[in-house]
Amino acid sequence: MAKNTRQKENQTQTETTGHEWDGIEEYNNPLPLWWLWVFAATVVFSIGYVIYFPAIPFLNSFSKGIGEWSQYKQLDDIMQKAEQAKAPFENKIVHLSAQQIKNTPDLHQYALESGKATFALHCSQCHGAGGGGAKGYPNLLDDEWIWGGRLEDIVYTITHGIRSAHEDENSRDMGPMMAYGDEEILDKAQIKDVAHYLQTLSKKYLKPNESTERGKVIYAENCASCHGEQGSGSQELGAPSLNNAIWLYAGDTKTIIETITHGRAGQMPAFGQKLSENDIKKLSLYIHSLSGGEQ
Amino acid sequence: MLARVNPFHNKYNHQNLEERVDLMTTASPTPKYNEGIVKLFTIAAIFWGIVGFLAGCFIALQLAFPALNFHEFINFGRLRPVHTSAVIFAFGGCVLLGTSFYVVQRTCRARLFGDPWLPMFVFIGYQIFIVMAALSYLLGYTQGREYAEPEWFVDLWITIVWVAYLLVFLGTLIKRKEPHIYVANWFYLAFIVTVAILHLVNNLAIPVSLTGAKSYSLFAGVQDALTQWWYAHNAVGFFLTAGFLAIMYYFIPKQVNRPVYSYRLSIVHFWALIFIYIWAGPHHLHYTALPDWAQTLGMVFSIMLWMPSWGGMINGIMTLSGAWDKLRTDPILRFLVVSLSFYGMSTFEGPLMSIKTVNALSHYTDWTIGHVHSGALGWVAMISFGAIYYLVPKLWKRERLYSIRMVNQHFWLSNIGIILYICAMWVSGIMQGLMWRAYNEYGFLTYSFAETVEQMHPYYIIRAIGGLVFTIGAFMMAYNVWRTIKGDLKEELPLGTRKATV
Repeated sequence: MAKNTRQKENQTQTETTGHEWDGIEEYNNPLPLWWLWVFAATVVFSIGYVIYFPAIPFLNSFSKGIGEWSQYKQLDDIMQKAEQAKAPFENKIVHLSAQQIKNTPDLHQYALESGKATFALHCSQCHGAGGGGAKGYPNLLDDEWIWGGRLEDIVYTITHGIRSAHEDENSRDMGPMMAYGDEEILDKAQIKDVAHYLQTLSKKYLKPNESTERGKVIYAENCASCHGEQGSGSQELGAPSLNNAIWLYAGDTKTIIETITHGRAGQMPAFGQKLSENDIKKLSLYIHSLSGGEQ
Repeated sequence: MLARVNPFHNKYNHQNLEERVDLMTTASPTPKYNEGIVKLFTIAAIFWGIVGFLAGCFIALQLAFPALNFHEFINFGRLRPVHTSAVIFAFGGCVLLGTSFYVVQRTCRARLFGDPWLPMFVFIGYQIFIVMAALSYLLGYTQGREYAEPEWFVDLWITIVWVAYLLVFLGTLIKRKEPHIYVANWFYLAFIVTVAILHLVNNLAIPVSLTGAKSYSLFAGVQDALTQWWYAHNAVGFFLTAGFLAIMYYFIPKQVNRPVYSYRLSIVHFWALIFIYIWAGPHHLHYTALPDWAQTLGMVFSIMLWMPSWGGMINGIMTLSGAWDKLRTDPILRFLVVSLSFYGMSTFEGPLMSIKTVNALSHYTDWTIGHVHSGALGWVAMISFGAIYYLVPKLWKRERLYSIRMVNQHFWLSNIGIILYICAMWVSGIMQGLMWRAYNEYGFLTYSFAETVEQMHPYYIIRAIGGLVFTIGAFMMAYNVWRTIKGDLKEELPLGTRKATV
């Protein structure tokens, strides 16, 4: 039935143009009306759009459009609105220390939101989007702080950076950790012994044996001055503690040997050049909040 | 002889009529048309298609698993132009050149101009261009212009080849024995001429030295950006749209065996498409240093482009009216018709994405990639598959393809692959755009860039799977074509019938 109807429709179609190419003919059906009307509608819409928005170029200028819109104006409007929303908070924060902001709940809440956004933009590349760190880039979620975890320590580290004296003369710079292998202070066997000893110190990997005993002596002579007798580290010197399971460059024997042999000297840019004091205070509060920091 | 190349020669004079009768009635010992060149392009198209699809699958996996960037020659940055150039210029180009040589001879009833050497030069020259371009990408040479990455020496070579191509095509049109030029040839000619202009302008550059590969563009800053996107958008418009509409205008009426729906529509939508497309490029530069007025014009021309684009779809699909039942038994026709549906979808999506407010969300996201692939896989590749399946038995004088059922399986694999691909990209693209712009009550951004990357991982895997499914289909096509050329016929029930269950 349906097929018959189709054939009927077919027979009532207009005639072909009369030409034929390789067996192909062409009907000369009129343009579909809906097609024509939609085409016309898009043209009408476009004319309206051209009148409303900047569109027509002249020699030295262009039509600005009756809507007085420009992309720069749109951007300015959005930015202005955002600045206005922040202004009451920023105006208060500028007079307060990070600790004082922390004591004011609504300012603290604001600072955490702001710090989070700043962290995403400037810090997440190295320290991870969640602050979990990576090899060579400290984890900010744990309670080990190489250069200090009190609010003012964090503010200082962010402002002046680590070993970035070329950017900021107040940068935290205690020199690098020495390359005990490259500079031939220790031989390979000694380095291996220290590495074994460190793995007992961190209470996790090894039980004491002869090698670790030898390593303990070498450690006391070479390492303890910075990392402490018991491996508790020194925030003043930026020497990480070695008596826990937290490792900046991983705690397997191979990596520890690599560290002792070639030395380490982690760097961080001085953000005082890029961020405002307000931004750094807010960022510090956010980072401090991640693990609770140090008091 | 002189009369045959004179375009103003009366086609209906005595001598010509004789020739006409002669061509139609006598079985000449040599084939009437040069089909060898079409065979070469067909095989090249299948080969490059598979190369391009495989490269695409691999770079899709690289995006999902960055560890796959394990060597400089095959890192994402170098393989990505290999993929795009292989599918657009190598696969798409070979399909366009091959089908245009087939169609222009038959619809003009004339052998190719400059036959046999000029067409053969076009084929070999084009293959050399493809190989030079691909190798230079892998070695790290690029102009850094999307879809125009080859450096100046490759650009000069392809210019020579393209002029030869234009000569063959135009020469054949001029010596045609039909009084009128068939619509498919309008589209082919528009494609050849416009691509030549685009190529010449966008690649204006000064080589650093005549012995080195490096060159610098003649344009700078925002002029450079606009030239590039004028080029790239019209590469889509004239290479991937006008060229493939030409294929549609020949292969659909042939496969359905019915007259084209509307001659009038073909004229109107042809000229509307040609006039409007060329202005739409600036929509790639919304919210950039490009002046507001140019952005506006790019957008409104894109919107006005909607119906002219759809004109081709209407003409193709309506050609089926009265023969819809053929879709049930003819998978080649399915390819051709479904390609038009994807064409219609992506030419609606394109104007939509050119609207500033939509573009503010979609720009720089995977939505764009999804949009491109609904056009590239859905429209360009599927209509090419249809054309290849139509051509192969005709060119090699076989009764039919080795297996029609396999064509049907290829058809469904293609669809599944495309749908996986574009749905994954829609979701990930829109999510990406929304995450980038999300901010909280104080006006601070909610997400870091790395968080958006992490969220896209599952969609990247789905996309890679979609691509793999699509590629498996292409391998089936290659097998089917190979067996057809060998002269094999698979014993199978015709599509739409079942084994009797008595």
